[in-house]
Amino acid sequence: MSATVAEAPAAPTRGAPKSETDRAKAERKLAWYLCAPAVIVMLAVTAYPILYAVYLSLLRADLRFPNDRTWNGLNNYKSVLSSSLWWSDVWHTVLITVVSVTFELALGMALALIMHRAIFGRGLVRTSALIPYGIVTVVAAFAWRFAWSSAVGGFVPKALGMDFDPLDPTHPFWNYFVVIATEIWKTTPFMALLLLAGLTLVPEELQEAARVDGASAWQRFWKITIPLMKPAILVALLFRTLDAFRIFDSAYIISNGPNPHLETVSILGYNQLLNRLNLGLGSAVSILIFLCVVLIAFVFVKGFGTSLAQQRGER
Amino acid sequence: MRRPVVIAGWAVAASFALAACGGGSSSGPANINLWVFNEPSGSFKDAAKRCTDSSGGKYKVTLNALSNQADQQRQSLVRRLAAKDSSIDIAGMDVVWTAEFAAAGWIKEWPTALAAQVKQGTLPGPLATATYQGKLYAAPANSNTQLLWYRKDKVSKPADTWTGLIAQATNLKTHIEIQGAQYEGVMVWFNSLVQSAGGTIVKGTTVTLGPAGQVAANTMSKLAHSPAADPSLASQHEDENRLAFEAGTAYFEVNYPFVYPSAKTNAPDIYKNMAWAPYPGITPGTAAKAPIGGINWGVGAYTKHPNEAFAAAACMRNEENEKEAAIKGGLPPTLESLYSDPELIKAYPFAALIRKQLATAAVRPVTPAYADVSLAVAKAVSPPTSIQTNGFVNSLRGTLKDALNSQALL
Repeated sequence: MSATVAEAPAAPTRGAPKSETDRAKAERKLAWYLCAPAVIVMLAVTAYPILYAVYLSLLRADLRFPNDRTWNGLNNYKSVLSSSLWWSDVWHTVLITVVSVTFELALGMALALIMHRAIFGRGLVRTSALIPYGIVTVVAAFAWRFAWSSAVGGFVPKALGMDFDPLDPTHPFWNYFVVIATEIWKTTPFMALLLLAGLTLVPEELQEAARVDGASAWQRFWKITIPLMKPAILVALLFRTLDAFRIFDSAYIISNGPNPHLETVSILGYNQLLNRLNLGLGSAVSILIFLCVVLIAFVFVKGFGTSLAQQRGER
Repeated sequence: MRRPVVIAGWAVAASFALAACGGGSSSGPANINLWVFNEPSGSFKDAAKRCTDSSGGKYKVTLNALSNQADQQRQSLVRRLAAKDSSIDIAGMDVVWTAEFAAAGWIKEWPTALAAQVKQGTLPGPLATATYQGKLYAAPANSNTQLLWYRKDKVSKPADTWTGLIAQATNLKTHIEIQGAQYEGVMVWFNSLVQSAGGTIVKGTTVTLGPAGQVAANTMSKLAHSPAADPSLASQHEDENRLAFEAGTAYFEVNYPFVYPSAKTNAPDIYKNMAWAPYPGITPGTAAKAPIGGINWGVGAYTKHPNEAFAAAACMRNEENEKEAAIKGGLPPTLESLYSDPELIKAYPFAALIRKQLATAAVRPVTPAYADVSLAVAKAVSPPTSIQTNGFVNSLRGTLKDALNSQALL
C-alpha cells in the first residue's frame, strides 16, 4: 500500500526512470520515514504476538511451573484435538454462530429495507435502529442477564410465568436462547447497515422497468434486489460470522460462572491462559481458533469471488 | 524544515513510551497492600486499622477487596503474581493454594523466628494447610468447616449419612442445600465424600483415586436425581444455599458457619429454630471427614517491604483480630486458645464441634497443580445430574493424570 502511494507522484515520468528528480527521491524517502513508526507499531502489536503464540503453543509452558518449560512439539495440539471438551465447545460456538447469523441476516434485511424505504423521519429511524450496536457488549450482556436471570430477580421469567431460572445450566435450551437473542439484538443493526449500503447500489430504473413489465414486489425482491446485492450480503455474512465465531463477552457474562453449555472456544482459550496460566495449551487453542477463522474467511472469499465472476460472466 | 518534522514525530512516539515508566517514592509508613475477599462484616477492615495503629508508624495496611468466589480471587491474585506485581504485599490465600503459590515462587517462606511465633498455639489442621514440603509459607488466618444445619421445628433428629438424609428430606418434601455449581465448592463436596469413603484423589504428583471415587460419584448422583435436591443444584454456591435456607424453603443445609450470624440478622424466625449436626457421612456410625477451608496470609514474593509485610500478616491473625473475625464474621479461628473463650462460645455455640471436625478434616490434595485437579473434578461432577456413574473413576483418573502434566484441556 505505502509503496504505491509513494510511487504515485513519480508515475508520469516512469518512462524514463533516470529522470526522477531529486525532489521525488526526497519525497519518497520522507514517505518511508513517516510510515516507519506505523510499520514498527504494527509489527510489535500484531506480528510479534502471533508468532510468539505459535512458538508458545509448541512448548510445555505453564507459569506455575516456570522451571519445567520444555519443547513439546505438537503435543499441545494433540491434547486439544483429542479432548472431547474442545469438540463440544466448537459445537457450542458453531451452534451460536449459525443460528444468530441466520436470524441477523433475515432481520437485518428487513431493517435495511425499512431504513431504505422510510420516507419521513429517515434520520430518526436510522439512528434509533443503530442504538443496540452502539451499546458496549458487556453492558448489553449484563442488561440481558439481569432481565432473564430469576436468581437476580429478572422480570422476564416472571412475565413468562417460568418457575425455573432460564440461565441455570440445567436448561440448555434457554441458555442458548438468551445468548443468541442477545447477539441478534446487539448486531442486527450492524448487519442492516452493511445491507443498506448494498441496497443503495440497486438502480431504481431496473426496479421500475420490472414493475412496468408486471413483476410483483416479491419477484422484484428475489430477481433484482437480491442478485444485485449479493456481494454486499456476502461481505456482511463474512464479517458477522467471523465476529460471532469468536464470541466471548456476552456468553461469558450471561453464563455468570462456568456453564458447560455456554462455553465457547474463546472462553476455553481464556480459561487455559488466564485461569490456569497454561500458556502452551492456551496458545494452541488460540492458534486453532485463528485457523478456524482463516478457514471461514477462505470459504466465504471463495464463494464471494466465484459469485462476482458469475455476475461478470452473465453481463 | 523536513528533518525537524520527522524528529518531532519520533519524539512524540518516544514520550509515549516514557510515560509508561516513572512513578514516585515516598517516605513515611510503608504501604502494605493486603488482598483478600470482601468480608461483609468488616472484621478484616477493623483488623487492618488496629494493626496500622499498633505498628507505631512502621506500616499502613491498605485493604483491597477481591471477589467473594474463590476461583475469581485466585484468578486475580495469580495473574498479578505471575507478572511479578510488587503491589501484592499480603495475599489472603484460600488454604488450597499454598502448594501452587509456594512451588511457583509467588510467596515467601516465613523466616524461622516468625514461623515459630506463628506455629505457637495454632491448631495442627490449619497449620498443615499453610505448610508445603515441611516449610511454613503462610500464617493461618481463619479456618472453616461445614456443618449440617437443620430446622429443629421440622426435624427431630437428622440422619448421620447422606443416604439417610436424602430419604428424610424426600419424606419431608424439602431440599438439602449444598454447593453443586461447577466451581471449587463442588470439589470440596466430592473430596469430603471420597475421604469419608476411605479414599483420596491425588497425592503429590500421583493419582490415587480408587473405588471411593465411585462411592462419592454415586452419592452425588443419587441426591441430584432425588426430589431432595434443590432444582437449581447445578448453579448453587454457598450464598444461594444460605438464601434458600433463610427463605424457609429448605430444612437442611450443608454449609459453613457464616450462615449462623447471617440468619440471626436476616431471618430471625428461622434462626430461632436453627440447629446443627456433624457433616453427613457415608457409613452409618462412622464420622465423616468434613471439609476444611479458610484463609492463610501469605507474603508476596515481589513485595518491596517484606519485613513490614510479615509483621502486618502476623498482626492480622493475633488473638484480638481472629476473635472479632469469628464473632462478627463467622470465621472460625485457627488459635486453639480461642475455642475456650467464653465470649466466643456464646456467639458460637458449635465451637466444640468445629474444633472436633477440624482435627479429622478432609484436607484437599496438596499439589502444585491443585487448580487443575480441582477443575478436572468440578467438570466431572457438575452438573451433578449428568455424572456418568459408569466408568467414572477410570475416566477421571485419565483426566487427572493429564492435568498433573499440564496436558489436560480443562
